[in-house]
Amino acid sequence: MDRGQLIQTMQEILGPEGVIHKREQLRTYECDGLMNYRVIPDLVVLPESAEQVQQIVKTCYDEGIPFVARGSGTGLSGGALPVESGVLIVLTRLRRILEVDIPNGRIVVEPGVINVWVSQEVADEGYYYAPDPASQIVSSIGGNLAENSGGVHCLKYGFTTNHVMGAEVVLPDGSVVHIGGGKAPDAPGYELLGAFVGSEGTLGIATKITLRILRQPEAVRTLLAAFKDTEEAGGAVSGIIGGGIVPAAIEMMDALTIEAVEKQVSPGFPEAGAILIVELDGPEAEVDHQFEHVIKVCEENDASEIRVAEDDEERALFWKGRKAAFGAMGSVSNDYYVQDGVVPRTELGVVLKKIAELSEEYGLRVANVFHAGDGNLHPLVLYDNDTPGEADKAEKLAGEIVFACLEHGGSLTGEHGIGRDKMKYMPQMFTTDDMDVMQLLRCAFDPHRICNPGKIFPTPRLCGERPGPFHMHPVQKAGLAENF
Amino acid sequence: MQTRNIPTAELQGIVGEEHVTEASSEDAVDGVEPSLVVEPGTVEETSEVMKLASREGLAVSPRGGGTKMGFGNPPREIDLILSTARMDQIIEHVPGDQIVRVQAGLRLQDLQKNLAETDQMLGVDPPEEGATIGGIVAANSSGPRRLRYGTVRDLIIGIKVVLADGTVAKAGGKVVKNVAGYDLSKLFTGSLGTLGVIAEANFRLHPIRESARTVVVEVDDHEKIADATQALTHYSFSQFVLDALEMRWDGEGGVIAALFEGIEPAVEAQASTAAEVLRSHGEMRVLREDDGHAFWEGFVGRPWETGDMGLKIGAPPADLTAVLGSVLGAAERAGARVSLSGHAGTGVTFAGLSGGEDGLVEIVEEVREIWARRGGSVVVQEAPLTVKEKLDAWGPGGDYLGLTRRVKEKFDPGYTMNPGRFLGGI
Repeated sequence: MDRGQLIQTMQEILGPEGVIHKREQLRTYECDGLMNYRVIPDLVVLPESAEQVQQIVKTCYDEGIPFVARGSGTGLSGGALPVESGVLIVLTRLRRILEVDIPNGRIVVEPGVINVWVSQEVADEGYYYAPDPASQIVSSIGGNLAENSGGVHCLKYGFTTNHVMGAEVVLPDGSVVHIGGGKAPDAPGYELLGAFVGSEGTLGIATKITLRILRQPEAVRTLLAAFKDTEEAGGAVSGIIGGGIVPAAIEMMDALTIEAVEKQVSPGFPEAGAILIVELDGPEAEVDHQFEHVIKVCEENDASEIRVAEDDEERALFWKGRKAAFGAMGSVSNDYYVQDGVVPRTELGVVLKKIAELSEEYGLRVANVFHAGDGNLHPLVLYDNDTPGEADKAEKLAGEIVFACLEHGGSLTGEHGIGRDKMKYMPQMFTTDDMDVMQLLRCAFDPHRICNPGKIFPTPRLCGERPGPFHMHPVQKAGLAENF
Repeated sequence: MQTRNIPTAELQGIVGEEHVTEASSEDAVDGVEPSLVVEPGTVEETSEVMKLASREGLAVSPRGGGTKMGFGNPPREIDLILSTARMDQIIEHVPGDQIVRVQAGLRLQDLQKNLAETDQMLGVDPPEEGATIGGIVAANSSGPRRLRYGTVRDLIIGIKVVLADGTVAKAGGKVVKNVAGYDLSKLFTGSLGTLGVIAEANFRLHPIRESARTVVVEVDDHEKIADATQALTHYSFSQFVLDALEMRWDGEGGVIAALFEGIEPAVEAQASTAAEVLRSHGEMRVLREDDGHAFWEGFVGRPWETGDMGLKIGAPPADLTAVLGSVLGAAERAGARVSLSGHAGTGVTFAGLSGGEDGLVEIVEEVREIWARRGGSVVVQEAPLTVKEKLDAWGPGGDYLGLTRRVKEKFDPGYTMNPGRFLGGI
């Protein structure tokens, strides 16, 4: 099937409105939130129903055409980066909320539904959807599912994977399966849903998603504490968690981040070497009691100032400052590289020191903003693209930071994903056997490797390869994989 | 069945002579007797044993505490029991990080005892005494506190497995937040030893809470159980964070128990509100620490004895009355005795049934038909062999059965691991 025929087939499925094929329009979709990688897809399709997704995928399967699913395109690891000579399936038109089921604490949505809409939908009933990535006002549930998104409140409530109860999935051969049971717990069989969530769009496309909704907590208390440096703030974090408290959120920002945030959104943060935002939620009697303990721990760690949010408005202001941190870097640097790494909480101090040393060594500033409770660091490496060589240097420094995370028992990524960006680092964390065994799963779902190829694994494996005359695989022909 | 060459000497060479023993009738799985019980002491030895088994075409059944060997369908064959009993160590426990890494053969009760020294715990509490971590992960066992902490899949953060061909692979890590690579920890959770041997597992931990209250209500009508459950789980001011919400029904009367754990003023406040909510449903009492412990000890076991049939029903939590009604009705028609328990807050119900074989089979078929249609499942967790022979323990499965089989065939193409015990004859 040549390109013209493919366009025609897709138009038959979707109507002329649902197919984008002009080069200048295709450019809109050349990257996701990670802009250092750009690929113009052959075709962009905009289905409006699960049935259309199925027909699109079936066509791709029959013709051996690779495809990539995309939600709102806010991902930070290039997970939705298109493939050349491939189809980009944009799911933003599948945005219906299909069912609200309060008695069972569930809601069923289409993948294009925006994260924050879910909580809005059930707020009047006293419920909410817990995972809250900073991108929640634009990122889609389908994308959250693909990346297993976290957020500031996942320390206590878990990640997307802990809140997805079931999914209807179009497999890469165009067939449809329902995994995870949805409304009923403990469906017999393998935990396919747990393996699917967080697979970065490489195992299929979710077209209906059942989410768990939680009751809004009775009480929420939030404070902001200023410290001399990140070490003292880190001491407070250990003291709080060591005291048996699981805060709803505990976030840290360093001096450079505070400066940037002040310039951008003026939340009125105190001048400090580090700021902690600590939030507790739950039954009022528990929260009140634990909040006192948190204040005491901050004082013991020489907090120079402690502000308790007096009302929802002030709480929102604290969070506005925190959630604006990435974007605000533009006010102190022309360009910056967002890193995402994880260290065991007890190693935070050592790794922060190492980051400071690396920053000095490379002559580039690094701002630190992170989910301190679960050791998820987001160092922002500041550079100037107009200075020759500095972009490469920044990327190299960012790489050294994740190696430091691994050295101390951590992970390459806590929430942004491997995608295209960190494929090359995977062998630092996993052996060839580890990755080959993971790819057995890939082979069960996507034997022809047409579903988001060229992501996660640096050395793609073909499935069911048998000795015999050599045939070049279409994926290999397209230059997407080599060295089988 | 063709007789196999069991390379006893070679196995002894791998794990040591004293760790290869002749199997006895006690090692049989649903009547299928293995030849040998092999106890490797390390991951490397496990890998060598599996390589040898694959080479010789031997069927292998991994075993931890042996508390759930009756799960699933009778195996097509078993040559070796691979026991994890010697791999029973805590590899690493970092209290400050609230994580632990353990070997599969470690018993849960030993782990909890050790963790309690630092006021921490693993948030899974299945009732089977002597169960090991590997077995709990493989069977996806859970208990009352799943309402608060979720199940194994929500707490496991890393895994090391040995595949049928001896390949050793890990996934995840020792940090709670981690999205690098596929989450094989979850895939192996509930796989009942059919994808490979679970050698090690890593978990996130939780602090042990200092105080507890249990609110107990005795009811005389099974419909009140669901009413009380809904009243508590959707109470308007969300003043509760329930740790567990359990039920039992013995045919004539029933009990609902709500557990609150936390700091003293919080559990006191929650329990007194819950008591107000539940008072109208029946005779109510609030139990404090010691009385509460004693109550739960006697309350959490499965509602069946050896020789009975035990069912696990997964259904939407709001359908609890219909679940109880469907089992009670079917049991009455079949003339079987019935006893029920369940995690009322999460939609998991257990039914213990005894009576004539044909009646038991009819009950499963009837209840299964109802709940398959409504998106649930009915799994036979225990039954006399004569009943098992007339039933599939797992039921029909869904439209994912083909995918399930493809996953099995990628991980264990020779059907070496526990052949026949899992869903769809896997």
